[in-house]
Amino acid sequence: MHVFADPTNLDAYLSGFLWILKLTGASAVLALVLGVLLAAFRVSPVPVLRGVGAAWVNIFRNTPLTLIIFFCYFGLFTTLGLTLSDDLDQNNYWLGVVGLSVYTAAFVCEAVRSGINTVPPGQAEAARAIGLTFFQTLRIVVLPQAGRAVVAPLGSVLIALCKNATIVGTIGLIEASSVMKDLINSNGDAVIAIFAVFAGTFAALLIPTGYFFGWLANRLAVKR
Amino acid sequence: MTTGDPLIVLDGVNKWFGPLHVLDDVSLSVGRGEVVVVIGPSGSGKSTLCRAINRLEPINDGTITFDGQPLPAEGKPLAKLRSEVGMVFQSFNLFAHKSILENVTLGPVKVRKEKPAAARERGLALLDRVGIANQADKYPAQLSGGQQQRAAIARALAMQPKAMLFDEPTSALDPEMVGEVLDVMTSLARDGMTMVVVTHEMGFARHAANRVIFMADGKLVEDAPPAEFFANPRSERAKDFLSKILTH
Repeated sequence: MHVFADPTNLDAYLSGFLWILKLTGASAVLALVLGVLLAAFRVSPVPVLRGVGAAWVNIFRNTPLTLIIFFCYFGLFTTLGLTLSDDLDQNNYWLGVVGLSVYTAAFVCEAVRSGINTVPPGQAEAARAIGLTFFQTLRIVVLPQAGRAVVAPLGSVLIALCKNATIVGTIGLIEASSVMKDLINSNGDAVIAIFAVFAGTFAALLIPTGYFFGWLANRLAVKR
Repeated sequence: MTTGDPLIVLDGVNKWFGPLHVLDDVSLSVGRGEVVVVIGPSGSGKSTLCRAINRLEPINDGTITFDGQPLPAEGKPLAKLRSEVGMVFQSFNLFAHKSILENVTLGPVKVRKEKPAAARERGLALLDRVGIANQADKYPAQLSGGQQQRAAIARALAMQPKAMLFDEPTSALDPEMVGEVLDVMTSLARDGMTMVVVTHEMGFARHAANRVIFMADGKLVEDAPPAEFFANPRSERAKDFLSKILTH
């Protein structure tokens, strides 16, 4: 483990994973908000909104994330001049957050929508019959009951998001996988060890996340 | 007969499910304070008729007016209309994640913006009226079917509706629980509530209804006071239907 005994390498390792956590955190919040909104669109009685939701999912779920992240950099930033921060790293970070969020929102939308479909239709009918509006019905009656069915797949989406965050390295943000590549280039004698440390760190972050979501799903279960 | 001015009016209503003509040129007027029982073989369109009145089923053709207003399309005006029409479902449909009392107070608080304390007080009074005040803090899954259905009636009444729709309210109940639900409905009828009741309970139709509507194949076949309908059905379809259900 001589590689990580070097304080410069250790700092790079830590800052790489810090970027991953920051990318995951900001994108998770944005993707959750956007994804729930899109799911609401997809089950709404308004055809235009349903169309917007379906188009979003079909476009972003079927485009490789690498392309989306590249587009955020070369399309939004270089060509269209969208600058999200004057600091180079911060700018790349926020461009990455935009790409990860729009991509992940498509998956959140589908997880939430399939959860909504597990709630018996009579629940929404009864809610509408007492005069709740569409969005009240969704917020007060349907989504709270969709919880159990939504939480576990959302956990998988979050885990995938965290690993996908490494793709932001392709537009110049020195996140974990870029750090790993640099360390491997300069430490040819410890390739396997470096791989193991980075993979192990991801596992250490993500395995508890999976268990947490499983526990949460059981907590949120609704008796029928 | 107690027929006030018309509260619910259907005029030339048609609805198709694909090629199936579920409501075939149905016209019907329900007066204020009137109790109309809708009977008929399964698949005759009686549930669809009931659900069309608060637009849970949109219709393809014709008009439905409630209290002088044509049914609005989706959106806030429709939500407002629905809040004035109570609905009781075959499968109760109590909100599974809310306590019985919360089920009853949800509408008044979220739709009518009543103070929670006031809604709670009236909710408890309604639960007392339907005989389940002691179940107020339980969840729907902890109650028997009959208790759940009475809670569902209380939930509808909490909105102080102008009319109540019952879509086969006793069909999903164990036989020994049918009576307790029918008792609540009978007392509502006696208090002058306007009611449209889709049911197979002929006893209820006989003693609580002002009119019996017989439907078959999406058509409104007969419309008569219960005594007249049960003694002298005019159509062959009604005679056939009654002979099947009354001989057992």
